[in-house]
Amino acid sequence: MDLENMLSQRTVSLKPSGIRKFFDIANEMEGVIALGVGEPDFKTPYSVRRAGIENLQHGQTRYSANAGLMELRRAICDYMLRKFNLSYDKKTEVLVTVGGSEAIDLAIRAFLNPGDEVLIPEPCFVCYAPIVTLTSGVPVAIPTHEKDHFRLTPEQLEAAITPKTKMLVLPYPNNPTGAVMRREHLEAIAEVLRRHDIIVLSDEIYAELTYNGRHCSIAELPDMKERTIVVNGFSKTFAMTGWRLGFAAGPAAAIKQMTKIHQYAIMCAPTTSQYAAIEALDHCEENICQMREEYNSRRRFVVDGFNKMGLHTFEPEGAFYVFPCIRSTGLSSEKFCEELLYSKKVAVVPGNAFGDSGEGFIRVSYSYSVQHLKTALQRIAEFIEERKENQP
Amino acid sequence: MMDRLLELLNTDARMSTEALAVMLDTTEEDVKNRIARYEADGVIRGYKPLLDYEKIDTQYVEALIELRVTPKKDFGFEEIAQKISRYQEVDSVYLMSGGYDLHVRVVGKTFKDVAMFVAQRLAILDGVVSTATHFVLSHYKDQGVLMTDMPGDERGNISL
Ligand SMILES: Cc1ncc(COP(=O)(O)O)c(C=O)c1O
Repeated sequence: MDLENMLSQRTVSLKPSGIRKFFDIANEMEGVIALGVGEPDFKTPYSVRRAGIENLQHGQTRYSANAGLMELRRAICDYMLRKFNLSYDKKTEVLVTVGGSEAIDLAIRAFLNPGDEVLIPEPCFVCYAPIVTLTSGVPVAIPTHEKDHFRLTPEQLEAAITPKTKMLVLPYPNNPTGAVMRREHLEAIAEVLRRHDIIVLSDEIYAELTYNGRHCSIAELPDMKERTIVVNGFSKTFAMTGWRLGFAAGPAAAIKQMTKIHQYAIMCAPTTSQYAAIEALDHCEENICQMREEYNSRRRFVVDGFNKMGLHTFEPEGAFYVFPCIRSTGLSSEKFCEELLYSKKVAVVPGNAFGDSGEGFIRVSYSYSVQHLKTALQRIAEFIEERKENQP
Repeated sequence: MMDRLLELLNTDARMSTEALAVMLDTTEEDVKNRIARYEADGVIRGYKPLLDYEKIDTQYVEALIELRVTPKKDFGFEEIAQKISRYQEVDSVYLMSGGYDLHVRVVGKTFKDVAMFVAQRLAILDGVVSTATHFVLSHYKDQGVLMTDMPGDERGNISL
């Protein structure tokens, strides 16, 4: 039997990112000053870890309800109301998932029929298009541009809509650009959406890491809640990536179907993590503020550093990434990252890893100490200087 | 709430005023003025490197000494604490709650130096009832900074 022939053609055909190779090289190299990771450097707040430990000590180690512990769903609803003015019913309108990742997967699977188109503003996190493809849908990339602050514009949206459009992914605050959509930008998008039957998958996993003002969810706008699935989670907000916990909130009919898939594929999210998450939502506001303040100082430091070394950098207002433009070096994103890694041992991610429109940029994570950032920025500045000198 | 400027200096006192200004979203002038005021008011009492003596080729011994003291009428612990603070061998002096009164950190070249200092200079002071000397063997963390080499970043170098 030829195993290769047995594998799902669709799975095999998923874009085998050429960048994978660069990732492997970067991760195997020793002594690297990395600016490459997509997760917080902070530890999960101690009280949350303690809540997990206590729950294990009490032996509460069984399956939970499929949709998640009722007490956690209560805490999620309180949180959504408190933070985003969004009122959801804990019994029918929220689902606790294995990370925001699973919530994204479920939302796409719950809505797509074969051939349905899903609009995806790029550059963005990498999971949406492959899941759409696996669900027999058609991912349609909408390139966003720095001149628009990497926001989706209503004109772009209107132009991309066809009779087959089923869903719009709204990935803001954005990984990798750090772009956010403020209320006025969302209103312009909502204006277009109200004229069509389109579901919004709003990935708000970085909502708490918004620096110039409060995050606004598109579900908050008139008539939008009924057509929006909000995805959020604990990974970034509470530095809980390894706990694998997130959630989706949306109309009962959608959550019901998502819960059905979740029940068959996953049963329930990890119970220990769910107990710990109650503590996070109910008592960790101060931790969020501290982390945000720390990220914010680093953000300004890094943006300033890149602009000073002559790599034009757009001011990101969310998440923990900056997205400098490297076109002035004459290198492609991948070439830039490779040369930087080999000559200075600094690891950053090529912008085109997040879609073709990321070409000409690099993603730099600032989930590192200021000391670490300082060293890395110095090395990148040296790299830029040396290249200038060697150029005829 | 503590001024964010002090928090930043507390993690790295050598940060340039330029970098501090960027991080605090203010001018260098403002940062300089604030630091000058903190220094004048005695909020900032000094700046020192955190040395790892295990990596320096020098004779270095330190001891933590628990002192029990009879407080003096009208002066309390103030007078003796001031007196002890004036010794050059003494690195720090804290007034304590609990089982003893003054916590004194003494630094010398050899164990004998430190022992002699305690016996001949501290123990004999008026009002000192008893001393208990504990020699420090190793530093794992000082002033919030790990003194052991950091393990690698468990997050790896790169991820999406
Ligand atoms: C934009 C975005 N959405 C979702 C996720 C998934 O996060 P998790 O599954 O840990 O909640 C990530 C993780 O990097 C992300 O950057």
